[in-house]
Amino acid sequence: MSGFFSAFSWVNMRFLMMGLGVTIEVAVVSIILSFIIGSVLGVIRYVKIPYFSQIVGFIIDLIRNLPLLLIIFFTYFALPKIGIHFGVVTSTIFALTIFESAMLAEIIRSGILAVPKGQLEGALSNGLNFKQALWHIILPQAYKTMIPPIVSQFVSLIKDTSLATIIMLPEVTYRAQIVYAQEPSAIISMFLALAVIYFILNFIISKIGDLLDRRMAA
Amino acid sequence: MISLFQSHAGEFFTGFGWTIASSVIALIGSLILGTAFALLEVIPNKLANIIGRIYIEVVRNIPLLVITMFFYVVIANIIKISGFAAGTFGLTLYTSAFIAETVRAGINAVPKGQLEGAMSNGLSWWQAMRYIVLPQAFKLVIPPLGNQFINLIKNSSVLAFVAGLDLMYQANQISQTTFDTFGPFIIVGIFYLILTMPMSYYMRYLENRLEKNGGRA
Repeated sequence: MSGFFSAFSWVNMRFLMMGLGVTIEVAVVSIILSFIIGSVLGVIRYVKIPYFSQIVGFIIDLIRNLPLLLIIFFTYFALPKIGIHFGVVTSTIFALTIFESAMLAEIIRSGILAVPKGQLEGALSNGLNFKQALWHIILPQAYKTMIPPIVSQFVSLIKDTSLATIIMLPEVTYRAQIVYAQEPSAIISMFLALAVIYFILNFIISKIGDLLDRRMAA
Repeated sequence: MISLFQSHAGEFFTGFGWTIASSVIALIGSLILGTAFALLEVIPNKLANIIGRIYIEVVRNIPLLVITMFFYVVIANIIKISGFAAGTFGLTLYTSAFIAETVRAGINAVPKGQLEGAMSNGLSWWQAMRYIVLPQAFKLVIPPLGNQFINLIKNSSVLAFVAGLDLMYQANQISQTTFDTFGPFIIVGIFYLILTMPMSYYMRYLENRLEKNGGRA
């Protein structure tokens, strides 16, 4: 039992917190990139450019239906075979961005579809062109309704960063494994610490999402 | 790549089988567990509601990998279970929180008058839930449950972390023995798509139909 408490030592906690820094860094970059790319892809899918939108749509469906772990593996181990070399951090960000962009594209497309048709027709008949109508009328309304699913997608992105353990990204889950590999008595404490860290991080993001949702709805 | 597939077909199909087995077992387990926790949240009992809420919030906010590793490293040390069992347990627990959330939304979407009507006709709360509300709720949540199942199949790839013999694990093994880091992942990706693609299109079709019929399945 003494191992349980001594595992929460300053050294171990600092080691984990440095991992949390990596987790947050990777997550934030991926969130920003995938939000931008996902929005563009979602709009492309919505506006139905002949052939192009269908091809993009099909690729999005392919990526959405693959396990993220496979995409991470592929980015880190297979891409070097065709001459693309990424470091561990870049690989993780790349894989996460590809996967989450596809997920977000689908959310954004259905969010745009949920805006009543009259909004687009009204904007067009008031003299706006399609681009203006999309940018000023449709998208702002669409994003408002999409806040909850987008936020829960971000929460799952943060959880998914743990999968990068497999390519030895030094994030918090990987570091916890290193700690309990050296001190087997610390196993339970490390899992508890991981659970608490992830829970707090994601709970805060969920609550910010709720707040944003309520403020936008008002 | 075709020769790679031919020489390792046995391993690929073994992995395919274990992936399907793990997904189906975890689906059944998490449907039962998830429905139980959804009921815990709607029972007219404050303590039960709080317990249900805490379970869902905690499990939903912890990565699947952490839960799975916990089963593999801690629980598998106490009671001897295989990596496959540990992984499937972790998968079940994790998915149950999402299914609980989905089923609860379905129960809440059934008009309140249904429960009140059933109870004023002499059914107890449990009977009303069992025979009137839940059947309607499940009809409403078929598309989101299907999407959860697709996620479950994809998530079953974490079994690779715990020597769970699934597709991802086999791909890793094959790539380590053949030094081919490209082919195995493409082949395994196709296997995953065979499972998830048709289902995801079918769920989209169901969603569209549900929308057209004004929320009636």
